[in-house]
Amino acid sequence: MINTANEIKITLTSRSVNESFSRAAIAAFVSQADPTVEELNDIKTAVSEAVTNCIVHAYPNTHGKIYITASISLAGKVLIRIRDQGLGIEDVKKAREPLYTTLGGDRAGLGFSVMESFSDKLYVRSKLGKGTTVTIEKQIWGKLKAEKAPKAQES
Amino acid sequence: MAVKIVTNGSCVTAYIEGEIDHHNAPALRESIDSAIEKSRPKTLKLDFGGVSFMDSSGVGLVMGRYKNAARYGGEVEVLNLSRSAERIMKLSALENFVRFKKSAEAGRMN
Ligand SMILES: Nc1ncnc2c1ncn2[C@@H]1O[C@H](COP(=O)(O)OP(=O)(O)O)[C@@H](O)[C@H]1O
Ligand SMILES: [Mg+2]
Repeated sequence: MINTANEIKITLTSRSVNESFSRAAIAAFVSQADPTVEELNDIKTAVSEAVTNCIVHAYPNTHGKIYITASISLAGKVLIRIRDQGLGIEDVKKAREPLYTTLGGDRAGLGFSVMESFSDKLYVRSKLGKGTTVTIEKQIWGKLKAEKAPKAQES
Repeated sequence: MAVKIVTNGSCVTAYIEGEIDHHNAPALRESIDSAIEKSRPKTLKLDFGGVSFMDSSGVGLVMGRYKNAARYGGEVEVLNLSRSAERIMKLSALENFVRFKKSAEAGRMN
């Protein structure tokens, strides 16, 4: 288990090329909590969805700023907050429904469903014309499990 | 991000590699769509065996290719999904339209 609480902040311009950068950067940060490969992939996936939404929906015809704060607690709880100052969401409850999308094309309307299913808790706050803040919460168990695992295999 | 397209009679297989997200899905879409236009396959196989990351953009990618292939009477098979990619695909209604196949059935090892 990590023994110091830690936090980082990243500010990005809403360019789609930054989608891979943002999830890789957060994954690198979360790695210090010794997550399993699956836990790390879950976090990358949720971050990718949230950042993509800022790029696609918050700033549709312009480039704005995306503010990401990630922290790890002493107990291995990861909190990732992804904030934009874009268009905002009129009805958050509706937006979170599976398959709901305001854009056609190849948008599946599954971003929030994926974020929910790949994290422990998902908080969404939004104000029309002001922007949206998505907070992803996930407990990292990886190293804790490894510590509890039987030592029988050691030779 | 790359896709290798192999045409075999009425079957087109797209071997997708790397990461699928909103940024690189359009290039994949274009490559696969031009193969659909050119070959009008009876079966379009989308092989995810080489995909190292996928978010919900992958669902849109499959859904859109299904629609295009269907215009020429083609069917879509999705092969070799990772556990995570399968979880994402199953949040959608895609299973009603395309067939998911495991690697053994698909005859290709990862
Ligand atoms: N950061 C955001 N700013 C403005 N609108 C958003 C934001 N994130 C999501 N939305 C709205 O919520 C809807 C659902 O989002 P999501 O589940 O990710 O599906 P999709 O991105 O495929 O449309 C979007 O279509 C959009 O209308
Ligand atoms: Mg989305």
